Amino acid sequence: MNRAALLVLADGRFPAGGHAHSGGAEEAVTAGRVRDVASLEAFCRGRLHTAGLVAAGLAAAAAAGYDPLLLEEAADARTAAPALRYTSRRLGRQLLRAARAAWPCAALDALATARPRGAHQPVVLGLAARCAGLTPLDAAHAATYESIGGPVTAAVRLLRLDPFDATAVLARLAPDMDHVAAEAADAAQRVQADGPAALPAASAPLLDITAEQHAVRGARLFAS
Amino acid sequence: MTLAAVPPSSPLPTVPTVPGVRATARIRAIRAGDTTVLPTLVGDGPFDLRRARPHGSQARVCILAAMSAPLGGDRLRIDATAKHGADLHITTAAATIALRGPTTAHATYDVHLRLAEHARLHWLPHPLISAARSNLRQSCTIDLAATARLVLREETVLGRAGEGPGRLSTRLTVRRDGRPLLEQQATFGPGAPGWDGPAVLADHRAIGQILIVDPTLEHRPPHARLLGDDPATGQAVLTPLAGPALLITALAPDTLRLRRLLDAAHPIG
Amino acid sequence: MHLHHSDTFPDSHVHGSGTSSAAEGSGGRRRALRVGLGGPVGSGKTATVAALCRALREELSIAVVTNDIYTREDAEFLLREAVLPAERITAVRTGACPHTAIRDDISANLEAVEDLQDQLGTLDVILIESGGDNLTATFSKGLADAQIFVIDVAGGDDIPRKGGPGITSSDLLVINKTDLAPHVGADLQAMARDAEAQRGDLPTVLTAVKSPGGISPVADWIRERLAAWTAGPA
Repeated sequence: MNRAALLVLADGRFPAGGHAHSGGAEEAVTAGRVRDVASLEAFCRGRLHTAGLVAAGLAAAAAAGYDPLLLEEAADARTAAPALRYTSRRLGRQLLRAARAAWPCAALDALATARPRGAHQPVVLGLAARCAGLTPLDAAHAATYESIGGPVTAAVRLLRLDPFDATAVLARLAPDMDHVAAEAADAAQRVQADGPAALPAASAPLLDITAEQHAVRGARLFAS
Repeated sequence: MTLAAVPPSSPLPTVPTVPGVRATARIRAIRAGDTTVLPTLVGDGPFDLRRARPHGSQARVCILAAMSAPLGGDRLRIDATAKHGADLHITTAAATIALRGPTTAHATYDVHLRLAEHARLHWLPHPLISAARSNLRQSCTIDLAATARLVLREETVLGRAGEGPGRLSTRLTVRRDGRPLLEQQATFGPGAPGWDGPAVLADHRAIGQILIVDPTLEHRPPHARLLGDDPATGQAVLTPLAGPALLITALAPDTLRLRRLLDAAHPIG
Repeated sequence: MHLHHSDTFPDSHVHGSGTSSAAEGSGGRRRALRVGLGGPVGSGKTATVAALCRALREELSIAVVTNDIYTREDAEFLLREAVLPAERITAVRTGACPHTAIRDDISANLEAVEDLQDQLGTLDVILIESGGDNLTATFSKGLADAQIFVIDVAGGDDIPRKGGPGITSSDLLVINKTDLAPHVGADLQAMARDAEAQRGDLPTVLTAVKSPGGISPVADWIRERLAAWTAGPA
């Protein structure tokens, strides 16, 4: 086990394309639902406990060694919006590229061969964590942090928020992140016995609706 | 509770010695020549099952409520099976209201729908209303054979007029030919983190879904489509799933506008 | 409203890491020469790309990746001008940080480059245009084999003197819009002198890419780079 690899994997500067994605924050800003630090925090709390929890469960299960192609199917079933499936696979492909350079590993090569156009990002994240010698709980932590780290960074750029206030949002949500990661890792432990149905499937109707709105918007800063 | 009047012939509600009713409704539809017949149609506790007038080859069932349910502690279950080639339509007579009841313990309401090859099922219950201080865990599990077709509409309202919602968790699991097609969970109300924030519901209190599973969608998958530009009147999206299915997700301030959106997205006769 | 995106893909693609060598194109083919174009907003990057496409498209197989900051305007300008067929132009979104997408995290640009290569088959040159940025923007060597930095005389004739990574280290410096020099009071000789002082042996071109023949020195430079690339070790 190699805990420092978690810092490398979860670093916002890890070159896997995340910087161009807002996780739905741009559309929420456009709709006026996120306009200040308080509404950003509410957005992040909702995203963390829905999309973040689902991603963490998939990542933890992949890190535990569960078949990534069955997790691909589970991710599809948990992602109703095609714009979000598309984004997840795009980011998965970009992450796979970075992860194969950082932690060369037969499992990552095999996934790249099986899914040449990209696997779901949380599945790749979990497999990358496994190849980096990390635990399922570590992978869940990386996924939960990423699920709100991106939107916070995007909101700083979109709303000109004070970056100190924005970072404080992440710090305030740290206990929530711990809780979500633990829940996801617990669920992942049940996957071997109960199948992927044991994984969280928390949905966020507004994230689904706004993802499709954003996908057809002409003028936008972020890819999602 | 279900708001329909209870006819005098209905069984009287049993008074449980411990809080909470355990009740199951069972429906089994089979194909018989050009029609669908219902060899099993039984319900106890709050479930009063009625045969409605058939619609061509389609058998129709209406679930009436014989008592207030679900209340805290109740364990309710509906099992419906459409056998090979059967065509079944199920609805409820009125809205189902989750209430607190004698205990703060959660109630469960589990629906299991099974569709064999070439079977067709319409599952179109009236809205589920989560009343203040209620605590309900609802699930709907659907298993479809590869050639089966499903039309499902579910509407949920968080709180009666002028009150906040109770605690409601829902889970929708759809498997087709043994593979997962759709998995969705949601938790709303007091103690549920982020549910009323800008990523999940914002200030919408009526949530609706239409799910269509139809093998012919494999050859003509629908495009994603947005409905409702004004958040004040609600918004919806029609999305193709990763399989021969489409899902309409709608949010609105109330049931009336929710139904209007759902009807606009996909009218159901 | 119909949304056009698909999450089903044909399975016909193998991709390596970011540091692919010349021999690493699909099917063992030599991959295209990738040329990055950077420079400040309004200096004429898109005009340079358009002029290069017109000058070279008869003799070379070319594709373009744009990194638009906010809209798809650069890509759409190229489409409107019909400098290349639509399938040869791809836009990448950069989340308000164009320099990140060409330097720190090149993954989205690499995907775009590889997709073009896969869809179009044989490609000689891929032009990667940065969104308008500042004087510090440079292309990662993992993304571009050579980079052109475009500035213009209207932006101030002291820009070459000020230096910065784009001025000092680009493989070709284009000082554009020389036809405007008399109108904006720019001293072309001083710009050329300052550029040489900053760049040593690296070439600089003073031109107006929109004027007749104005793109020729840049197109010639691309031809030379391509010849060297093709002759180089695979």
